[in-house]
Order: sequence, then C-alpha cells, then structure tokens
Amino acid sequence: MAAHLKKRVYEEFSKVSQQVTLEEVPAKKLRLTKPSKSAALHIDLCKATSPTDALQYLLHFARKPVEAESVEGVVRILLEHYYKVFWVNCVWKLDFSKNFACVLESHQVLAQLLDTLLIIGTQLPDKIAVIQRLIDVACKHLSSTYFRVRNKCLQLLGCLGTVDKPLSKETDAGAGAQTSPVRDVQSVISDYFQDQDPRVRTAAIKAMLQLHERGMKIQQTIYNQACKLLSDDYEQVRSAAVQMVWVLSQLYPESIVPIPSSNEEIRLVDDSFGKICHMVSDGSWVVRVQAAKLLGSMYQVSPHFLEQTLDKKLMSDLRRKRTAHERAKELYASGEFSSGRRWADDAPKEKVDTSGVNLIDSGACGAFVHGLEDEMYEVRIAAVEALCSLAQSSPSFAEKCLDFLVDMFNDEIEEVRLQSIHVLRQISTHITLREDQLDTVLAVLEDSSRDIREALHELLCYTNVSTKECIQLALVELLKNLTKYPTDRNSVWKCLKFLGARHPTLVLPIVPELLSTHPYFDTPEPDMDDPFNYLPYLLWCSSQLPGRKQTASSGLEASGVGSGSLESAQNFLQDSLIRVSALQNLETPGAQDLLEFTIRDLQRLGELQTELAGSADFCATYLHCQLLLTKALQEKIWTMAVPLCLKQNAKVSTAARQILDETYKLEFLYSGLETQQIATIHNVRLQAKALQLILTARSKRGVDCVLGVCEKFLQDVESFQRLFMTELPHFQDSFVEKLLELMPRLTACKPLDLVKILQTTLRQSRFIHLKLPEQIHRASATIIEPTGESDNPLKFTSGLVVALDIDATLEHVQDPQTTVKVQVLYPDGQSHIIHPKPGDFRTPGPGRVRLITQVYLSHSAWTEACQIEVRLLLAYSSSSSKPSASKPAWNESMDGLPTSESCIEGTIHLSKPVKVFIMPKPAHR
Amino acid sequence: MPDIKVTPLGAGQDVGRSCILVSIGGKNIMLDCGMHMGYNDDRRFPDFSYVTQNSRLTEFLDCVIISHFHLDHCGALPYMSEMVGYDGPIYMTHPTKAICPILLEDFRKITVDKKGETNFFTSQMIKDCMKKVVPLNLHQTVQVDEELEIKAYYAGHVLGAAMFQIKVGSESVVYTGDYNMTPDRHLGAAWIDKCRPDLLISESTYATTIRDSKRCRERDFLKKVHETVERGGKVLIPVFALGRAQELCILLETFWERMNLKAPIYFSTGLTEKANHYYKLFITWTNQKIRKTFVQRNMFEFKHIKAFDRSYADNPGPMVVFATPGMLHAGQSLQIFKKWAGNEKNMLIMPGYCVQGTVGHKILNGQKKLEMEGRATLDVKLQVEYMSFSAHADAKGIMQLIRMAEPRNMLLVHGEAKKMEFLKDKIEQEFSISCYMPANGETTTIVTNPSVPVDISLNLLKREMALGGPLPDAKRPRTMHGTLIMKDNSLRLVSPEQALKELGLSEHQLRFTCRVQLHDPHSDTDTLGRIYTHLKSVLKSYSIQHVPDGTVIVESIVIKVTSSAEEPNLKVILLSWSYQDEELGSFLSTLLKNGLPS
Repeated sequence: MAAHLKKRVYEEFSKVSQQVTLEEVPAKKLRLTKPSKSAALHIDLCKATSPTDALQYLLHFARKPVEAESVEGVVRILLEHYYKVFWVNCVWKLDFSKNFACVLESHQVLAQLLDTLLIIGTQLPDKIAVIQRLIDVACKHLSSTYFRVRNKCLQLLGCLGTVDKPLSKETDAGAGAQTSPVRDVQSVISDYFQDQDPRVRTAAIKAMLQLHERGMKIQQTIYNQACKLLSDDYEQVRSAAVQMVWVLSQLYPESIVPIPSSNEEIRLVDDSFGKICHMVSDGSWVVRVQAAKLLGSMYQVSPHFLEQTLDKKLMSDLRRKRTAHERAKELYASGEFSSGRRWADDAPKEKVDTSGVNLIDSGACGAFVHGLEDEMYEVRIAAVEALCSLAQSSPSFAEKCLDFLVDMFNDEIEEVRLQSIHVLRQISTHITLREDQLDTVLAVLEDSSRDIREALHELLCYTNVSTKECIQLALVELLKNLTKYPTDRNSVWKCLKFLGARHPTLVLPIVPELLSTHPYFDTPEPDMDDPFNYLPYLLWCSSQLPGRKQTASSGLEASGVGSGSLESAQNFLQDSLIRVSALQNLETPGAQDLLEFTIRDLQRLGELQTELAGSADFCATYLHCQLLLTKALQEKIWTMAVPLCLKQNAKVSTAARQILDETYKLEFLYSGLETQQIATIHNVRLQAKALQLILTARSKRGVDCVLGVCEKFLQDVESFQRLFMTELPHFQDSFVEKLLELMPRLTACKPLDLVKILQTTLRQSRFIHLKLPEQIHRASATIIEPTGESDNPLKFTSGLVVALDIDATLEHVQDPQTTVKVQVLYPDGQSHIIHPKPGDFRTPGPGRVRLITQVYLSHSAWTEACQIEVRLLLAYSSSSSKPSASKPAWNESMDGLPTSESCIEGTIHLSKPVKVFIMPKPAHR
Repeated sequence: MPDIKVTPLGAGQDVGRSCILVSIGGKNIMLDCGMHMGYNDDRRFPDFSYVTQNSRLTEFLDCVIISHFHLDHCGALPYMSEMVGYDGPIYMTHPTKAICPILLEDFRKITVDKKGETNFFTSQMIKDCMKKVVPLNLHQTVQVDEELEIKAYYAGHVLGAAMFQIKVGSESVVYTGDYNMTPDRHLGAAWIDKCRPDLLISESTYATTIRDSKRCRERDFLKKVHETVERGGKVLIPVFALGRAQELCILLETFWERMNLKAPIYFSTGLTEKANHYYKLFITWTNQKIRKTFVQRNMFEFKHIKAFDRSYADNPGPMVVFATPGMLHAGQSLQIFKKWAGNEKNMLIMPGYCVQGTVGHKILNGQKKLEMEGRATLDVKLQVEYMSFSAHADAKGIMQLIRMAEPRNMLLVHGEAKKMEFLKDKIEQEFSISCYMPANGETTTIVTNPSVPVDISLNLLKREMALGGPLPDAKRPRTMHGTLIMKDNSLRLVSPEQALKELGLSEHQLRFTCRVQLHDPHSDTDTLGRIYTHLKSVLKSYSIQHVPDGTVIVESIVIKVTSSAEEPNLKVILLSWSYQDEELGSFLSTLLKNGLPS
C-alpha cells in the first residue's frame, strides 16, 4: 500500500513537472524531478517566474480532481518547496493555501496541510502577520469532526500562539490587537480539554504545555480543568495532565484553592502535590513513573504534606475538624487503622467520623511508600530519585526518609539498590546515622556485587555517625568485608581514611582499644601487614591527619606563604602570578631566575594544598613554557650562521617540541578553563609552531618543503582568529596580535620573508600574563590494579590472548568514555591502544570515574618473561576546529614506533606506567 | 427494574468456604466453591441445597468460576460437581487448573486416609471434576453463552489468581477473589481497568489494617530469622504449601546467598516439589524481576532450600523449616511445633492469617498452655512472632482497587463482620457509593439501570447532525425525532418515513382544531389581514403566508376567520395544526386568545 501510494505521488509529481516547464515555475522543483536540465537554464527560469503565475498554476492544479491519498503527499512537497523558493511571499501563499483547503474537503489532506503550515510557521518566528494568519486558520478548523485536524490545529496553536511580550516598533495598534488572541489562544485550547476524543484532549494539554515552554504565562483558571483530567480514562491524557498540574503548581505555588465539599482552603502547591501523589498509585506505570519523577521537583510544598508521603495512614492533622474538642480527641487516638505488625490489633478502634474534612486525598498518603514498593523498577528508581531531591532541600524530610532508603538496600533489582545507596550518599550531609541504621547499612557490605560494596564504601566516606560505637561497628564490618572480599582493599582503606578524618573526636576515645596499646606496658609491635592491625592504625592516622597537614605546610613560610590555610595559599598563588607579571621582558637578567623560583614554589604549593593543586600546576606549566620559549630565543643560533650551530639547533627544536606538548597538556588535561585561558595557550602554541617553522626554514634547503609548513601555519593563525575573536582585546602586544596585524602582508609574501617576519615578531612579542579562572582541576589517573609488584609472570600461549584486569580511578576527566584509552607497550617497542567499553566506566562520585576493564594481551613467543608497560592515555584532537581530525593517530595499534619517550600524536599520558610481568610461551605442538 | 442478586453461600461476613451466587441478567453464576478450614463436619462445605432443593445443580447454574487454587476457594469443587451434580463449565486460569488438583488430592488424602472419613470425594471424582474445567488466559474474554461473557484480570495473591468480570449486556459484576495490591517477591500487583461495573464484590480480609511498607516487614523477618539462626535456634515457619511459601523461599534464598549463610533451610512435604515445578513453568504470571531474569536463572530453582525429612526435626544445630499447613491445625507443621515448642531458643514465625479455632490462632492470642489430644498439655516456650505476609489487599489496597474500577456499588465478602462494618463506612464516606455486606444465605439485590443499545439509522443521524451545531457535544444529551422499531429482539431507531415504508403503513395525519372567539369590529378579511401582520411581527423567523382564499398559513398551521351569524363583531378564528407542530399551535392559540393589538 505504502509503495503504491508513493508511486502515485511520484506519478502526480512528474505530471506536475511537465506542466511546470511550460509555465515557467520554480527551479528547485524542476531540479528535483528532472535532474537532466542544465542548471543555467533553471536559474533563468527562476528569475523569470513571477509568484502570481505560479499561484495561478497551482490553483489550477488544485481544482483538478485528484484522489485524496496522493494529493496529501503532493501538497506537502509542493508547499515545502514553495516555501524554500518564495518564502518572502509567504503571507500571500497563505491565502492560496486557505483556498486550497476549501477546495479539498478531505480531512486527511487538511491535517497534512496544517502540519505543513506548522513547519512554515515555526521557521518564520518573526513574521507576525503570517503567524497571526496561521492562528486564524487553526482556530477556524478547530471545529473539524476529524480528530487529526483538531490535533494539528491545537498543536499549531501551541507552537505559534502568540506570546504576550510587548511588540516592538511600529505596531502600537498591533500590540493591542495582539493581546486579545493571547487570551483567546489559552481559552480556546482549554475548551478542548473536554473533547470527546482522548487524542485531542492529550493534544490540547500538550499545546498548553508548549505555550508554557515558550515562556507564555498560563492562567491559573485552567487548574481545575487540569485536575479533572487527572482521572481521565486514558493514560496518555493522565500523563499529560500530571505535567500540566505540575507546571501550574510551579507557576502559582502560593495561590489559595478551596477544598471541594468544604470551605477550607489550602495552597495550590500543596493541593497539586496531593493530587500528583495520588497518581503514584495510578493504574498505568507510565503515569506512575511520571508522577514520581515530578514529585521530586516540588520543593515549595509544606513540610507536613511532604511527610505525609511517607505514612500510608492519613494523619489527623491533615484533616480539619469542626470543633476543637473533636480535634483533640482525634489527635489523642491517632490512626484509626492498625499497622498489621502485631497480631489481633486490627479491631476497629474508632467509628468513622464523617464531620472531618480531608485536606489531602487519603489516596495520596504514603505516595513514596507506594512508589518504593511498586512492581516496576522504573517507578521505584524514579521514586528513589525524587526522594533524593526532596531530601536534599529539606533536612527534616531527609531524616524521615532515611529508613525507607535503607530499606531499598534490600531491593530485588541491583540497579535500584545501587541507586538508593548513591542517593543516600547525596543526602548524607543532612543526616546522622543512628547505630541501628548503620547496622542495616553495614549489612550490605556482605553483598556479593562489587559495585554495591564500593558504592557503600563511598557512602561511608561521607556519612556522619553519632557515637563511637558506630565507628567501631563500621571498623569491624569493614574488616569482615575485607576478609571476605580481599579485592576491596583500596576501597576499604580509603573509606576508613575518610571515616577517620570525618570523626576525629569519636575516634580519639577508642584509640587505645584500636591500637591495642596499654597504659603501662609496652605491647609487641603489631604486624602492619595484617589488615586487622593496619586498618585501626589507618583510622587513627586519618583522624589525626588534618592537624598534621597544618604543620607540614608551615614549611612554606620561607617562600612567602603565611600559614597553611587555603586562603593564604590562594593569596600566595596570586602574589606569585603578579610578581611574574611584573616582568615585562624576560630577557632582563634575573628574570629567568625569578621564573624558575616561581615555578618551583608553585609546584610545591600544589603538593601541599590539594585544593589548589590544579591551579598551581597549571600556572607552573604555563610559566615553564614561557621559560623554555625565552631560553630558546636567547640561544646563539639566531645570531650565528646555520651550519655552525647544529647542536643548538637541535636543542631549540626539542624545546619547541616540548612547549608544543606542554600546551596540549595545558589545554586538554585541565578542566574548568575559560576561553581566555585557552586562547592564551593557543598563543603559546602558535609561538612554538613559529619557532619550529623558523628552524625548518633555516635547516632545510629549498622553498618547497617550507611552503607547505608556512601555509599550515597561516591556517593555524586564521583558525585562532576565528575561534577567539572575542578574546583578542586581551592580547595586546602579544605575538598573535602582531601576527594578525601583519596578516595581509604575510599571506602575500614569500615563505622566506614570512620566516623573517616571524623571527622578529617572535622576539619582540611580550609574554602574556595568565589570569586564573575560579577553579582548575587537573585530570589524573591512578592504576590500582595491576600493582606492578608481582614477580610471577602471567603465562600464556603465544598467539593466543590473555586478559589483564585493569582497575583505575580517574579524577576530573571530562567525558572519559570517549577520551580515555589504555596503552600497552611491549618490550620490543610495539604499542597497542585499547578502547575500554563505555560500560566499564562507573561514576562513584562527582568528578571521579572508576575504570574497571580487561585488556587483551597477545604476543609471539618470548624466551623469558619480560615486563610490559600499561598506562592510561587521554586522547584529544589537536585541531579544535574539526574534532578528531581525519584519522586520529590512536585509532589503530602501531608497530615499531619509538613511543616510549614521546607521546603518540593526539594523546597525553594520564597515569604513570605500571609494569606487568608476562611470559608468552611457544605453543606445544 | 432489572437487578443483580447476590447471595453468599459462604464467605458472607466470614473467612473461608468462599461461595457466592450471582444472578445477573437472567444468568446464574457461582463464584468460587471453597471449603472451611475451621470445621470438620458438614459445615465445611457450602450448603448447596439452598439452591437445589436436593436436585442437580446444572439446571440452576450457567457457569462456575474459580478465582484461585486455595482450598477455601476451590476445596468443595469435586463435592459440588460430582456429589451434588453439576455438568456445566467451570472456569479457571491455567495455573489454577494445574495446581488445584494437587491440593485437592492432598486435602483428600489428609481427610480420608489420615482421619478416616467416609462419604468424601475420591481421586476419580477430582479427575472427573477437572475434566469440566475450561482454562482461560488473562484479559481473554470468554463467551459462556450468547449473552454471558467473562474476563480475567491479574490479581496477585498467588500464582494464577485472577479477578473476574462477568458481563451480561451492559450489566456487569467484578469478583475479585483474593487479591493483593502490593507486589511481592514473586508476584505483581492486582490490576484492573476502569471498567465501571455495576457491582464490585471484593474480599476484605484486612478491612481495618493499613500495612506498613512491605520492606520493613521483609527486613524484620530476615533479621529475626538471622538472629535466631546465629543463636543456634530453630525457626519454624508454618505456611500453606503454595503461595506465601514461595515468596518466603525466594526471600530467604536470596538472603542466604547474599549473606553467605550456611544453616540449612528445609521445606516439608513432597507436594511442594510438584508445585514448584508449576511455578517454574508459569513464569509469565510472576513479577517483573523473575520474568526478566529467568533466562539466566529461574528464581524457583532454589540452591539453599532442600526437602525436609521427618528425622531432620531432631537434628542438632540451627535450621529453618517451612512446614504445612499454615494454621498449625494438623499435619507436619503441628508435629514439628510440638517437638520444638519447649525450647525458648527456637522461634515460630506465623506469616499469615489464622482462622479461629486453630492452634495457630490460640498461640497468636498469647496462650501459653495448649491442650492436645488425649488430655496432654503442651507448654509453649518458644518465641512466637506474627508477621503479616499474607498477600491480601489491606484497606488502602481495597480503596485503590475501587478507585481503579470505579464501581457503582460495592459488596464486601471474605472478612469479619465487625471489620467489614468499619470499611463499609469508610467506602461510603469516601466514594459515596452504596456498600453491602450480606451474611451467608442473605440475598442482596442491587437495582441496575442498564443502558439499552439501539441501532440508529445513519440517515437519521446525519439529518440530526445537519440540524445541530458543527460538533456534537458528547457529554450532553440531545433530543431527536424518530421512530423506535422493536422487531425480532432488535431495537432500531429510524426516521418516521422509513418506518412507515418498512411496516407498510400509510401515514395518518393528526390535526388539532380549535376555535378562538374574538371581538373585532372589522370585516373578516380585515381581521385576517390584522392577524397576519400581528403574527408577522411576533413570529419573525417563521414563514407566514397570506393565501388569497382567505387563510393564513404559518408553517403547517391554517388560520381562518369567520364571523358568527348572531353577532357580527364576534369573530370566530379557526386554528388547525398538525401533531408535529403542537407546540407552535398551542402558542398561537394562546396568543390569539389574548386578542389582537388595536
């Protein structure tokens, strides 16, 4: 059928095109159908065509009897092409399309037509007259008997219905006229909330939501209508209505709505909260997921309504009583239902009192309890997430929902368990675990899933506990965990470290117990290899650590840092930068020494102040680049003839190479950079490239080879200009600025002249001072597994593969799934790059990524065991204009490259290499 | 008025021996056919003589529906079909059909072989009875006969439990059987669409309870079992062989696996293995998790749970034993209980409801000394824990179901009278629908207002459409003109012309004539002219003609004027209108009676 239809459409179409040639109608259409015609002729045709002719022709075509199905396609194509060709005359074309619609009375066609109009309308957001017209058309057809026409009309109204912004310019009267349809559009759409067709009802709500999304203020009057739709028979209507109610609750949280069947009133946000809670026990799970998700973002709701979501029974304070006396009695005998926990406590305690008015629908109570024990895990996850976001904004609620979250640790689906552990970690700042709660939490340490255990360790890192018994309990459980799953060692250590650091006062009283010291007697020195001795020690140490840090950093005082506090370190950093920036010319004597000292200071600072490590490293590297550059420019080669200084030449070229590498590191290894810093880095890189260019020109004979390099360089300069146009004002007197000034000359002159110009510019240009952004983090990675300590070689048969487990933590790496690679370097210089699967990356905490993957090793037979190196690389694409240039070098494994020293093009070393002993054995025949 | 009659033979204000008779649209249906656990005499089966007066049931019943395989819902089935006599269809879901005979056979064995009762149904009877069963699937509409159709919905509770919608014409009843609104470890939650039945018959076991979160219960349960096992004590969990047992097994199994515990878990009775087999087969009836993971591993293939042997009960060391029956009234669970009751290290966990009169009920009520057969007494020293794991909907669940189905009336069965009363008030208050709770043998009549479907001719409909606005408002009733033809059990609404044509009748006109006397000094023709102008000014949107032969015609109304012979000033106006224009005619007559404006 579809094929047939298509054929019909094309038949019609070719018919059209033949006539079109006679009547001189637009070129584009012709090209589509008759590609053989020459382009030149078409352009002529296009010029010659007047829109009127085309319209006449099309109207003529429209009046011809055509079957509805084929026309639909034709109309669509025609209109869209028409739009492209004569979009200026769009208003006019609307007249035409209106006629068109009258001529053809098929609903299908009409719906399709409206669809096309919608596309036209959305592409012409500034043509008010057109849009006004479109809206009129839509309103006219709203009363169609065919649901799709109504749907499309509503959609059109939603997408184009005018936003009540004051209109600019000439249309003062127009603005007045504009406001009346605004009111109309809303009421028109809301009329269709009661349509007989559920699809139209859905479309109406969606249109309203669309209006909201476009920034139009929706009136509160539709709240009641939207609430009625919550009990619609159709799930898509309910689903949309839930959204609508939520939107309204966000728009008018504080307005007051009456409770039906009484004269009580409550805030709208509370009322809608109750209603959405109610939807958590809806019949359709799609609606349930939606409702649960939306609950998470209703922060303005009153606390007692919020707490009601955790209790299935309607508490007495959420109903109003007529007399104070009755209210008191009600409070006294709270809960008319039994909990079912004890046997025979379910005899009815109280008569139903009809005089009470429920402030909240009793079906809405315990929404989260329902959500958390829902059948579908999608709903449960949504509920857990909603709990999390609500708890983050309300500490008291966090306290209350703790038990429920802890219960979720027992869920049957691991994903849900994991999610609830993560959530608990996120809200852990608000809560302090009691001993019994901690007990339940710690029970999960025995879980056989590694992810769960590690998530729990992570959670323990951030948890506050109340008593010293809790610390001891945690220690015992962690020890148990360690004996059961020795692979957790690192995670457990880290966990204890944080636990100790977090609760120094709680750890202190149990130190003697922990370290099994005795007040009088010297006990034998414990064996630190035994985790049962080591772990308590670790706990104690970490609890003392903050203090120790303080003493250590005071060593810096000599170099100008006052105390070790973060603030003064920051000051120190700033001071250093200012001091360096005072250097106008690096060639002045002493300047280089100062630079060197500053670099050393900064590096030291980075070691001491972990918070500032990123910034300090960044600065140090940048200054190092500058230093190298200055040194390179001071070499004698510039004054001597080329053949005389081959040695210096080599030195400078390595310097240039090094600067280039450093700039890539600066750009891609640090996160949190702003455009300005990136531009500065690029500036340095250009300088390095210029240096390389000059060296090439000097060392090589012949212009040809230089020509290519020159062109490339000029392209780089251009791309710099393109990328950092806005930043240029910051680059006064810089290399780049000067280059750009000279640009017209550069492009015109010969390569050798260019080299000369570059040389002078390079030497004249001032060095750009770095302005630090708020926060810089250096990406780093540590390979935890393999440790590189094993003496036992990993034996396997040559030609086959062996899997090596890699476990690494990455910090502050952006988009690790695509950028982080594993490099394996064999002793013969072979190197392999392995892409870990996206699923191998886990995110245990913000800014941290855990990579647990397997790499496959293989090699031909060796005579004896040898070490291979494994390390992590960060891949980047050097040409920032077009990401991942034609063929990234790290795409394939390479053979025989001298890669041990220099990086592979396009990658940065991210971690220290780890040595693994392997032994491929010859296969037995 | 048409009505629906409901008579519980069992389970009316009571738990056990569910058996409800429903008459709807001239059809008689029996819902469930259970036995009572608390009785060992005739009272254990429903009193079928209420229906039959000692003849066969087949004439009285159109069909029997069994909601699930628990004995209090299907225990009397062979008795009814084979001993009382019923040959009609019996409907149940596939899992119920598979598991039900196992339980019936077990029940028969206990009663006949152990207790030595006679006059009980035999194995052959069970087989014969099962031959009459028609299995059906979820959401499958089965046409019992031309008018009666039934449809099953998922009910949770136990494997294969279903709620049934029974529909005759536009009248419908939904019977829930036992159901559960909170999903558990192996089953999903009950679900029904917004079918708006005339009557919803719901169980109300937990009418006054709103249970805590299921997860709390699970945690408590696991914690208690874990503690007892660590202490070296034994845990006895009396269960019904099927249903809760499987849930608790999965719970313990996963816990044992996660925590790497070693203490043995036993499951008594051989019938469980057979039943477990069915649980493995009917994966589609279980919950999301089991359905999704069974490709890797079927959750019902237990690793830690082994079959129980009688000799194990005396083994030293900790163990967990699931034993049947669940109310400790007989069988293995009672035997093990007697052995372990004396040690305070041990624990008894009652995961479900206990009917009055059973040992379980007594212990739960705190009795410390039990009288056994032969005047022996038993000291109960072990810890007794009650943990409501039974998968019945709590009050909130019942309310939720009502909200889902939106019935017009509500009827409560399968619960205690006092609690029902409470829930009844709640329902009436919250939903403002009437709620009934008949006792056994008491008939409740619910008046229905069924809509009568009528075929309307398309022409007539189109004509009406053309008359009215562009879009018919679905929510508002509208009056229209037509002829209703009732012929051969079918109702049709056609236009009058078509009806005349079809029935071969000629059209008769009914005209009303009336005279109005009017004092008017003018001549006849003048009066007529004045009437004409008057009407013209009053009835602006009607066509009014002044015909030269001395009449004024308004639509179909003819107006003539004659002057009376005696008094020339007294004019007699003759009005004649057809039946169709009755309204306009009477309006005109009153208008003219008031006289003409001077």
